[in-house]
Formats: sequence, structure tokens, C-alpha cells
Amino acid sequence: MKILGIITVIITGFLLLQAERDFPDWGDAASPASDNRLSQHYITETINETRVSNMVTAVLADYRGYDTMFETVVIFTAGIAIIGILRVYGPSTKLEHPEPTLDTEKPDLIIETTCRLLIPIIQLFALYVIAHGHYSPGGGFQGGVIFGAAFILLALARDLQTAQKWVPENRVLNLAAIGIFIYAGHGVLSLIFGENFLDYSILTKVLPGDAIDARYHSMLGVEIGVAFTVTAIMFSIYSNLASNGKMEEGI
Amino acid sequence: MELLQSIADSFNYWIYIILMMIGLYALVAKNNLVKKLIGMSIFQTAIILFYVSIGYKDGATIPILYEHQAHHGHHDAGHGDAEDAHHDVEHAVEEAAKEIHAVAEDHADGHDAHADDHDTLVDSHDAHTSSAIHAEDFANPLVHVLMLTAIVVGVATLGVGLAITQKLYGEFGSIEESEIIEQIRTGK
Amino acid sequence: MIWIFDLIILVFLVITAIISLQVKDLLSAAMILGVYSFLMCLLWSGMGAVDVAFTEAAVGAGVSAVFLISTVLRTSRRSSD
Repeated sequence: MKILGIITVIITGFLLLQAERDFPDWGDAASPASDNRLSQHYITETINETRVSNMVTAVLADYRGYDTMFETVVIFTAGIAIIGILRVYGPSTKLEHPEPTLDTEKPDLIIETTCRLLIPIIQLFALYVIAHGHYSPGGGFQGGVIFGAAFILLALARDLQTAQKWVPENRVLNLAAIGIFIYAGHGVLSLIFGENFLDYSILTKVLPGDAIDARYHSMLGVEIGVAFTVTAIMFSIYSNLASNGKMEEGI
Repeated sequence: MELLQSIADSFNYWIYIILMMIGLYALVAKNNLVKKLIGMSIFQTAIILFYVSIGYKDGATIPILYEHQAHHGHHDAGHGDAEDAHHDVEHAVEEAAKEIHAVAEDHADGHDAHADDHDTLVDSHDAHTSSAIHAEDFANPLVHVLMLTAIVVGVATLGVGLAITQKLYGEFGSIEESEIIEQIRTGK
Repeated sequence: MIWIFDLIILVFLVITAIISLQVKDLLSAAMILGVYSFLMCLLWSGMGAVDVAFTEAAVGAGVSAVFLISTVLRTSRRSSD
């Protein structure tokens, strides 16, 4: 298998190195990826059409809304798949191989106190990242991951049961579904008002301001939806992996 | 030094190919399932490195507008005259340079240059606000968006892979591929 | 002079990738993959892709390392290759 792997790697690598000569020059502004109407439109017109400074957020949540929506659905599906694979309900009897024993001592005082101080700050930072994605790097994905990481930290510092008290399993899954519901809701609402799916400019009928403001505000709404799903799924994946699907004790 | 820099430029593409091949080798040849998943992660990041590399432009900044640019774009919807705007910028910069020169002379003469200093600051601020948005000044945001979602989906797929690994361990008591195949073959 | 910085990071990327695949202890492999992710994040922020770098710092270096470690502790820590 090793020899087969080396042969595959050498052949593929050789072909790719041959192709490297056709790549655009490093840092070339006229490379095919950058020198097309679409990319230039995103750079020059974003501020006029949506009033958002961070082009990445605008393209993510508005221009390529379909893409992001279904990426969120992919994450949701992955979370559901992990529950389907690992989750064991009730006491499991069929286990040929004994589980590796983990020494569960009482959590350290220093770790516990530090986490108690740190977790609110992490959560506040996550909310800032979600809300400030229009003007700085950030948005629903990053903020959601950081928010989920706060719960993971709680589960690591104390134990999984303590974290489960704050975010029980069924609440987590509801949260994930609500996130996609919020995202798709923006699209369906624009459909109801007679525009295309996810065309936010028609949402002036329910949101304050003009059409540009509507796009600006619905982008924030969509980011919040993404953040809900990502937070919930990250914590769900962690709690399943750490407890081997039993949700009793984590690592 | 120039030669070294030109090597460094295409070096970026070589490294992406090398990393991708390391990941591919791990996926094909490694025996341990967790090692295979680590190889998959490296493969993914190599692809993302390639995409980010082709979105990079020399001398370009991050795809976030400064406040004054945002203001400009917002107030001045007539952005068709990019040429003119560019000319304006050059003009303004020249003027600012002249004024700075004048201020420097004042300093040399020992005059009170405070008021002039203030004027220069205001002028250079004006020069900034009249700058229009040029596509070649910003890195390509499209590739960043595509890769941003790819990273998060990547961690979700990594989670699925790890879940399957844990399930296999519960079933066979091993995460080595050869041992699992052996157990399946002997029908245990 | 930023390209010297780039060059060093690129070399370290290959080194960390190879080490994380060669080391026999899977816990070390997971941690070194976190280092790899952080180096990648530095490289991308140098290329102007701040959003991508931010995501990689949160996801690649933070959460995916935790996932790997929890799996390693739930299964076996030694690897044959």
C-alpha cells in the first residue's frame, strides 16, 4: 500500500507541477480569477448597493445567499449524521470492547475559576463578532464557532453534565433548526412579497429604511441564523464525540 | 535577492502542491484512521491555500473599505468617472506634497508653522476622501467567501469522519485499517 | 520584506504537516495539526484574506483540534505508523 501511495503521489505531483507553469503570476491583478466583471463588481459596487464595508460579508450573505444557505444546511446535515451514527439511547449492553477509562477527578479550582471568568467574555466577544461582521472580519460562521467553543470550554472545564444543563440536547437541535428557519424565512418572506428568493430589497415592507437599508438589516438577520446553526451543531458534535454518543460523561 | 524573491513567488504554488501530495499520501497509505483524517484536513487546507493565493493581488489591501471610502461611495453614486477620480487623487496628492514641502521650509526658517500644519492635515484628509474605489486595490473577495464556507463545512465533515472512527472502534476494538480488514476477512 | 516571512512560514507548514503525520502518538499529532492551522492562518492574513484567516483560527486551530483529541481519548492513543 505504501509503494502504491508513493507512486500515486509522484505521478499526481508531477502532473500538477507541470500545470504550475500555466498558473497566473503570483499577485497578478489581471489573473482570470480577479480580472472578470463579477469580482470587480463585488469590489466597487458593494458599498453603493448594500452600504456594507466588508465585501466578504456582503457577498456571503447577500450576493451568494443561496450558496451560504445550503452550506448551513450541509453543516446541519453533518450534525444530524453524527447523531445518527454515534448516539446511543438508554443503557447500552452490547459492547465487546471495554471503554477506555478516563480518570475523572474533581475539577481543579484554578481551571474552574478561570473558566467562570473567561466564558462570559468569550460569549460577549462572539456576539460582537456576529454583529460587527459588516465592518470588520467576522460574521455568522466565525461568531457561531466561537460561541460554540465557549460551551465546549464549559464542558471541558467542569463536565459534560454541567454544560448539558445549560444547553440540553433537544434544545441544541431546536436551535440548529431555528437557525436554518431564520435564514430560509428571509427568502420565503421575499417570495411572499413577490420578489425572487432571498432578494432582500423587497423587505422594506417589514424593515425600516429604504431598499439598501433592508439589504443591510436582513444581512444581519441571516448572519444570526447562521450563527445559531453553527453554535448548536459545534456543541452537538463535541458532546457526541466526547461521550461516545452516550451523553453521560465527557472527556 | 531578486532571484530569491522570484523563487519565493512560485514557491507558494509549489508548497500548495507539496502539501496536497502529503495529504494525498496520508489518505492512501496511512494505516491509522485518525491519521487518514489528519491527511484529509491537510489536503483541504492545501486547496484553500491555492484559492486564497489566486485571489491575492500585489499591493492590494484587505477587502474591507475604510470609513472615508465608504462615505465617498455612499454619497457619490455617480462612480462612472473612475479615470477623472484617479486624476483628482493624483492632483490632490501633488498639492499635499507641495504644502508639506512649504511647511518644511517654514520649519527651517524657524517660523511658527502650527497653522500651516493644520491646513496640511485638512488638505490631506480631503485628498483621502476624494479617492474612489479601484478593483485592483483590494484582494478578490469572491474566493474568500467560497473558502470561508469551505473551512466550516470541512470541520463538519471531519466530525462525521471521527464519529465513524469511534463507531468502528466500538465494533472492532481497533482504529488500524489492516486489523479491521483482517477481522472482517476471518469473519469474526 | 514580507516574502521572507512568507518563506519561513511555508517551510514550517511542510515541516509541521510531515511531523503530524509521522508522529506515533495521536495526541501529539492533533496538537501539531493545531500548530499547522495557526501557521496557515498567519499566511492567509498576510495575503489579505482576513475573514478566512479568522475562520481558520477559530475552526482549524480551536474546534477541530478539540474534536480530534476527544476522539483520540475515546479510542486508542497509539498509532502503528
